[in-house]
Amino acid sequence: MSTTLESPSRLSEQATVESAARPLTVALAGNPNAGKTSLFNALTGLRQKVANYPGVTVERKEGVWPLAPELPHARLIDLPGLYSLDAASIDEQIARDVLTGKVAGTPAPDVIVAAVDATNLERNLYLVTQLLEMGRPLVIALTMVDLAEGDGLEIDEKKLSDALGVPVVAVVARQRRGIEELARAVVVAAEEPAPGTNWCLSARAEEEITNLSGAGGRETALRDLYADEWPSEEKRREAVRQARERLSQGNPRWWQEPLTARYGWIEEVATGVVRGAKQGRQRTSATERIDALVTHKFFGPIILLLVMLLVFQTIFSWATLPMDLIDKSFGALADTLRGRMPAGLLTDLLADGVIAGVGGVLVFLPQILLLFFFISLLEDSGYMARAAFLMDRLMRGVGLHGKAFMPLLSSFACAIPGIMATRTIENPKDRLATIMIAPFMSCSARLPVYTLMIAAFFSERKLFGFISVGALIILSMYLLGIVVAIIVGWILKHTILKAPPPPLVLELPPYRVPNFVNVAQQMRSRSWLFVKRAGTVILAISILLWALATFPRATTSPQAGADQTIAQSAQGNGAEASTQAVQQGNGEAPGGVDKGEQVRQSFAGQLGRLIEPAIAPLGFDWKMGIGLIASFAARETLVSTLSIVYNVGADGKEDSPSLIEAVRDAKRPDGTPAWTPLVAVSMMVFFVLACQCMSTLAVVRRETNSWRWPIFMLGYMFVLAYVASFLTYQGGRLLGLS
Amino acid sequence: MSSLLFDQSIAYDITRPPAAAAPLSLDSLPAGVTARVLNVNGMGAVARRLMEMGVVPGAPVRVIKAAPLGDPIEVRVRNYHLAVRRSEAQTISVVISDR
Repeated sequence: MSTTLESPSRLSEQATVESAARPLTVALAGNPNAGKTSLFNALTGLRQKVANYPGVTVERKEGVWPLAPELPHARLIDLPGLYSLDAASIDEQIARDVLTGKVAGTPAPDVIVAAVDATNLERNLYLVTQLLEMGRPLVIALTMVDLAEGDGLEIDEKKLSDALGVPVVAVVARQRRGIEELARAVVVAAEEPAPGTNWCLSARAEEEITNLSGAGGRETALRDLYADEWPSEEKRREAVRQARERLSQGNPRWWQEPLTARYGWIEEVATGVVRGAKQGRQRTSATERIDALVTHKFFGPIILLLVMLLVFQTIFSWATLPMDLIDKSFGALADTLRGRMPAGLLTDLLADGVIAGVGGVLVFLPQILLLFFFISLLEDSGYMARAAFLMDRLMRGVGLHGKAFMPLLSSFACAIPGIMATRTIENPKDRLATIMIAPFMSCSARLPVYTLMIAAFFSERKLFGFISVGALIILSMYLLGIVVAIIVGWILKHTILKAPPPPLVLELPPYRVPNFVNVAQQMRSRSWLFVKRAGTVILAISILLWALATFPRATTSPQAGADQTIAQSAQGNGAEASTQAVQQGNGEAPGGVDKGEQVRQSFAGQLGRLIEPAIAPLGFDWKMGIGLIASFAARETLVSTLSIVYNVGADGKEDSPSLIEAVRDAKRPDGTPAWTPLVAVSMMVFFVLACQCMSTLAVVRRETNSWRWPIFMLGYMFVLAYVASFLTYQGGRLLGLS
Repeated sequence: MSSLLFDQSIAYDITRPPAAAAPLSLDSLPAGVTARVLNVNGMGAVARRLMEMGVVPGAPVRVIKAAPLGDPIEVRVRNYHLAVRRSEAQTISVVISDR
């Protein structure tokens, strides 16, 4: 390393020693479903880290690959799956940019390892032809050879290697077959650029290519002539434009030539190396047999419904226990902190701001982990593509893609994993439209609000004596969200996100037993990204909200103005009592300031009063206004905030009798009840439509890489919620309801 | 029992038309009939993607089935399965090659 500054000439003896001593950068490329992830795990073990590429949310996976004992470990970069270097999605674009060394902070790879699925050789080789054309050192890792052998499909690696001109190594990641050979091939290949392919186009096209092949050579000429984008240099652009025009006059399908030629070459290569192709239908027919049921006209949708039910049942029943546990431990942690530290603002900040904020992030984690578990499982097994296949027609009615179905479905549990799962949607406009409507799906955080409202006003009512009105109302809230999502999706797709209906060209991969190591890793990395990215924003807003509810400090007398001495409550008796009040949520502490009073006099309380004229037409008073303000952090906060405002204990649950009583008994200044069934419905409608979830906004910020979209989302959803609540309340009054 | 219910290839064998050389579009190709791609007539990114996925002139294709709502359709090409919308399938002309 330290000896020379000479530029390494690739083929010299010295360079061999030189680059062997230098850590290699290896990129792992391949089609989706080609077994890339399993191979990556086998090569790196658990020495890997996951991050995002700068500016986009495409996952960047990098690991350490110990090539051989005498060599330094290689950096192995796992690229997103791609079918072609002419990118269709962000994932593919990133993969291409890494391969060509265009991504900041990621050096162009010394060697490319291409994972090629032995059971699906021809299509997998398409990417390989493009990689060969790049002329970079290339090694083929032939995956799924065990499955291919099981089918009676035999691939002659030696012949394939001869035909392609690059090393081919058969690997079975699970059994670690071929791992050492692959490492050796990579070390050797690092010295040899790939030979390129030797397919030819029509004489006419070849002539144009020869004309365009200046300094850049044939590869650049091919790319410039046939790629979607134009060359940036003006003279070149004009030359390319003229060449394209000449070609299109002779043949309107001139642009298809390289594609057809590559496949022609592939077919030639494949016929020489594959044996036993006739028996190769065995396993496919297993997949076909499963599909006969799973994508059946009648049973397919039923199975999809059952899968959805199972997922939701599991999420709602399994996640509650760890969620309660996290909730309680953070409560306990805050209490311990209060016990250990002197009472005061710092303690309050740590307990109510920081710990509550971190807890607020982590409490979602069980649900998010479970959702990611199912999403990864469905993806890994091959079912996800079938769900998109089944639902595409319906989704297209909204102007969306079949692939939007699963993200939207996940959003019924939590919009965050749903929004993160939109990454597979190629077209950025379709992806944005999907993200924009995902929060309308009634997520689990709305349930406490619905439950409180139903418990307080509709629990005993029955329609025709047996249909529970409460259940009907909850069902209507879910439907309301879906209907509004469809309408908004349609409007977005026909206005600001106008685009032709997205095409669907979707591989239905063979069913495979999910690899649980891969699934576990996906869960881990995605959840970690959520905690890291969303967590920081949520924490900041939690502290802000805490400050809003804490300042100015309330004075001892509930009637006293805000300008009276603050110090009094911050020390001595008052502060102790205040701490106690906070801990127990007890509003009766004598001589002190209870938490309800604190909130009522804080900025949040003042804001509540300030917005009262604006929310009065929706049927809400200023105390509910405080709840609304607080719930913009997270919806379920409404319940705890109302508990504080009504002095029934800060840890009030949505079904606690005291809170239900307090809600029923709450009065307006004129003595009429503050809450009526109509107000409750209006409140629920507001909660269906408003984007009261800073985690969602933080994730949208991450996924769209701008503040514009989250702010737009917050704004338009608020307007919708306001209008709908207004119509509900005023319309209800006109109809004589209360 | 299950094979009678779900094995569509049996059901479609009855309706299989005699071999014909007249080109037709992929979306009107009956299920279970093998054909060869004659031309990809679309333009732009979708047509390119279809060809990248192996749907190039000369490639054998077979329609497996349609989704429950009639669209998209599942096609077998180059030993794997691909879902495409009818609107895209319409741009692909094929010639039946089945005996």
